Formats: sequence, structure tokens, C-alpha cells
Amino acid sequence: MTGLQVVFLLIGAVTLASAVMVVAAKRVMHAALWLILALVGVAAAYATLEASFFAVMQVAVYVGAIAILIIFAAMLTRRSMEDDPARLNKGWPAALLAAGGLLAGLVYLFSRWTGFSSPARALPEGGENIAALGLALTAPEGFLVPFEVASLLLVAAMIGAIYVAGDLRK
Amino acid sequence: MIPLSWYLIFAACLFCIGLFGVLARKNAVTILMGIELMLNAVNINLLAFWRYLWAPKADGQVFVAIVIVAAAAEAAVGLALIISAYRRRQTVNANEMDMLKG
Amino acid sequence: MSFWYDPVAFIAEWLRGVLLGWGMAPEGAAFVLTALGAAIMPLLAMLFVIFLIWYERKLIGRIQNRFGPNRVGPFGLIQPFADMLKIFIKEYITPIGADWLPYNLAPVLSVGGVLLIWAVIPFSATIMGVNLNVGLVYIIAAGGLGALSFLLAGWGSNNKYAMIGGFRSVAQLISYEVPMVVSLLMPVMLTGSLGINDLVKAQTIPFIVTLPAAAAIFFITSVAEAGRAPFDLVEAESELVAGFNVEYSGLKFGMFFVGEFLHAFTISLLFSTLFLGGWRGPGAETYPLLGFLYLVIKTFLVYFVVILFRGSLPRFRIDQMMDLTWKVLTPLALVSLVVTALLAKPLAGIPALQAVVLFVVNAILLMVFFSVAGKRATPKRAIVGKPRPLATPHHEDVSA
Repeated sequence: MTGLQVVFLLIGAVTLASAVMVVAAKRVMHAALWLILALVGVAAAYATLEASFFAVMQVAVYVGAIAILIIFAAMLTRRSMEDDPARLNKGWPAALLAAGGLLAGLVYLFSRWTGFSSPARALPEGGENIAALGLALTAPEGFLVPFEVASLLLVAAMIGAIYVAGDLRK
Repeated sequence: MIPLSWYLIFAACLFCIGLFGVLARKNAVTILMGIELMLNAVNINLLAFWRYLWAPKADGQVFVAIVIVAAAAEAAVGLALIISAYRRRQTVNANEMDMLKG
Repeated sequence: MSFWYDPVAFIAEWLRGVLLGWGMAPEGAAFVLTALGAAIMPLLAMLFVIFLIWYERKLIGRIQNRFGPNRVGPFGLIQPFADMLKIFIKEYITPIGADWLPYNLAPVLSVGGVLLIWAVIPFSATIMGVNLNVGLVYIIAAGGLGALSFLLAGWGSNNKYAMIGGFRSVAQLISYEVPMVVSLLMPVMLTGSLGINDLVKAQTIPFIVTLPAAAAIFFITSVAEAGRAPFDLVEAESELVAGFNVEYSGLKFGMFFVGEFLHAFTISLLFSTLFLGGWRGPGAETYPLLGFLYLVIKTFLVYFVVILFRGSLPRFRIDQMMDLTWKVLTPLALVSLVVTALLAKPLAGIPALQAVVLFVVNAILLMVFFSVAGKRATPKRAIVGKPRPLATPHHEDVSA
């Protein structure tokens, strides 16, 4: 076992454990903190894939923006959360069964697939090529249309969020 | 080098934990956290396949970028909805949000 | 290579030789050197803060016509050590109902988030923690952790003033992140790289000359990110007792203090790296030690301006703070970005002409925005009554 593999196992253990804590934590605030640790763990997993741009982007977007938004929402709605002692709904065994079943099914599928032996592709000197990613996002023969649709989605989400959360009756 | 299968199993576990959170938790904010975990699992899969089957070309990374955009939009709108519902009903409990009329 | 040209690289090479001589694998030696660097750098940075605190107190004192610390040691240099000892032996008080994990995590994050930035800054042509090809995005990501520490402190303390401070800080940091990121896009556009060292190497003409608008926006937004006066609404004493850190005592409070000073210095370091040419200067390529000296001089110049800001400007009101970012800085950043993109590409062949044109256009934009939009951003308050004098002079009485 190489050093990188040990590092990956550590990252995986920490990430999965904190993901379990996200689901199991009693207070929503603590769940949000565990979520941050899980997201950082995922960023580290990206780094082991030599996708440094996405590793850093993961921290910037998820930890810097999304997790802070979630914490904000948790703080604003804290009164109703503290009253409620039961954090799982009544159907949680069924949910556990569904999630466990899905995992078992996926693992069964993996065991029958034979494409695992393919080694990692060679990357150009100096890691991933960010310029190629930028070109692919904006070139007409690349992914220009999905990129524009994604930016439209962001604008729509922004307007929608302002409309829904803002108090327009004033 | 780390085998591809490790990434896939890691992502599958993360996805299932997130799924359990979405199905079982009462609190709407925590349900949103579960969705974030699931989206992250998808991203790990996409990046792992990019690295092992597609590497010098950027196509796989484009999908990850768009998933991140979608996740940001989803979080913004979802949290706005939760705040709006909390203002009207004084609850963030998904079980109690069962009326179709505001 | 001689010791006096580049001491750090010389010592690193020597140490690598020693480790390899002991029969260590090359990867092992590289790992040990990296770990050593990662341990020494934050240690030096934190020790450096002690000096910064003295420097800032002395300067603020001079601005306010006082002496500043001058009792302990020559010029009061030992004063921060005395303060440090005092803060070490103070009692830790945890308020009732505090959330243990966020309460204790926040001070650590406030220092750690700043120290993360130091990993990617090139201190000279050869000394650099990690040469990340996405260094600039990394710096923005590390800035997000600072917001987290304020928020956690505000939440964990179980105190409504701390909570309001936390809310304010997040509103401020998220709002100022927008123009900051857009302004950082301009140097990236001219360089074609996100790596910090590439950005430094591209500055044959420093970016403050070619992109004055971006430099001004980055400076203002980074002062706001550090939560320094005039943007210190987070810890407005007159409104919020002490803001997010009301409930902290002893070394935990000290960590916030250290984090704030270190952040102020780090933004000066970043500004001089990104806009003043970093370690560049005559002879810096051949004598890396000289480059380090240039960087230190530039950084202290910027830090001096940051302290002048703190000493001379009153605190913003919260609506003024929001108006400044959303109505002035963000539009200016977007307009300047588009104009720079349109002008830079056709003139790329003639660097001197490009620099002149960019400077003129950006300077005009900067002046127009700050004089027109800046004045209209915040509506003027209507005057309710006539101003009346507070005290009427009695000249007759004096003469009598």
C-alpha cells in the first residue's frame, strides 16, 4: 500500500464519519459544522485526483458560500428547531432500508463491472490544464450552450430567492 | 496509485448517507444538507471518471462545474423557501409543511 | 549558490543533503523539508504579530498626539510581551449555554484562515510555500474561512450582541467578496494565469499603474474583509458592546486579536504582491534576498496606509457600508472589467501603449464613479430643524 492510498483511506474515513454525523447530529448547528468537515474531506479527495482547481473551488463555493448560507438559515430558524426533540421522522427504518439497499445494489453492480483495471490517464506537465477547461466552457464547439444555461439558472435562482425570501408586502 | 473502485465505493457510501438524511430527517435545513452530500458524491464520481478515462480533455470537468452551479442555485432557492415557510408557519419541520395553500 | 544570495534555499539544500546522507529516500527528504517549512512559517508569522502590535499602537498613538507604549523596554518594544504574559495567565470563562464546539473552534479558525494565505505567497524569486496553479482561487477560499470564524463565535457565545456581530460580519464579508473577486479577475486577465508567482512575474509594469481601479477596489474590499476600521462594524463598541467576541477571555480573545492584526498585515502583503510587483525590483532575480527586502518595504508601506485608515476615518453606518459595496464598488468593478477586457486585447502587442491607455481609462472610471456614484449612493438625510448653537458666547462678560 502506498502513502497516497493511506492518505485516501484517512480522508475517506473522516469524510464518511462526518457525513454520518451530519445525518445523526442532534442540533442543526452541529450538523452544519460536520457538513463543513465532510465538504473539506471531499475537497481533499479531489486533490488526490489531481484536480486542484476543483479542490480549491469546492472550498470556495461550498464552505465559503453554501455552508455559510446553511448556517445562516439554521440561526434564523433556531426557535423551531430547539423545541423538537425527535430529529428523525417515523418512517426512518424504511429510509435506512432504502439507502442500504441502494448501497448494496451499487456495490453488486461494481463487482460485476470490469472497467476498474484502467490506469489513471497521464496529465500534462504542471497538473491539470485550467485553460483547457475555460476554453471548453466558452468555445462554440465545446459547452457554450450548457454554460449559458447554467448562468441563466443562477440569475433565475437569484431573482427567485429574493422574491421568495424578501418581504414584498411592504 | 489509488484504484478507481475506491473512489466509486467512497462516492456510493456518501450518496447513500445523504439519501438517508434526505428521507429520514425531519428538519428541512438538514434535508438540504443531505442533498448537498448527494451532489458531492456525484461530483466525486464525475471527477474520478474524468481522471481515469478522459484525463487531458476537459469534458468531464465541465460537468462538475455545472453541478456546482446547480448546487449553489439549489441551496439559495431552497434556503429562501425554508425562511419564507418559517416566517408564515413558525416551523422548519418538513412533516408539518403539509398545506398547499399559503 | 551562496548563503548571502539566497539563505533559505541554501539552508534547504544543505538540509536535504544531510538527510540524503543519512540514507533517507528523496521523497522522504522532500516531505521533511515541506513539513519543516510548514511548521516554521506560521510560527514566524505569529511571532511577527508581536512586533506588529507594537508598531500599530505606536503609530496610532502618534496620530492621536500621544506617545504610544514607551515604558517597557527601549521605545516600549517589550510592551507586547508583557501584554502577552498577562493574557496567558487570565482565566478562561465560558458563558452558560455556550455551544462548546463552535465557541472553541472560532478563535482557532480566525488565525488559521489567515495563516493559510501565507502558504501561496512568493516571498522572493525562490522562497514560496506551494506554487499552486490556482493560487488566487485558493486565497479567496481561505478568505471564506474567516467569515466562518466570526459566525461561529457569534453563535457559540449564546449572547445576542455577539450574534448581531456575527450576522453583520457575514453580511459584510459576503457583500465585499463580490467586487473583490471581480477586481482580481483583471490582473488574471492581463496575465493569463491564476498562479501567484506568474502574476508577480507578469508585472514588468506594476498592476497598480495599469489597473488603478482594480487596485482601489481590492484595497477597500480587503480592508473590509479584515474587519478593520472604518469597516469594523463587527465589533462596534458603541453599539454591540464588543461585537462577536464579547464572551471571550484570556488566550481565546488573544487569538482573535492576533488574527485581526495578522489579517491586516496579510492583506498588505497580498496587495503588494498582486498590485505593487511583489518581490520584483532591480536585481531581485539574481539576489533573491534583495527581492525579499523589496517585498517587506512595499508591504510596510501598504500597512502604513491601512493604519492611517484606521487612525483617521470614522466607522461606517451599516447602510452606508452596504451602499458602498453594492452601489459603487460592484458596478465599478464590472464596468472596469469589461472596459479592460475590450482594451487590453487589441493593444497586447504594444505593452507601453497598453499600459498608458489602461491607466488613463481606469483612472477616469475610478474618479467618475467615486465622485458621481459615491455621492449619490447614500441618500442625504433631511434636516429636520434649524441648527442651533450649543453655547452662546458672552463677550461682554469676558471683557468685564
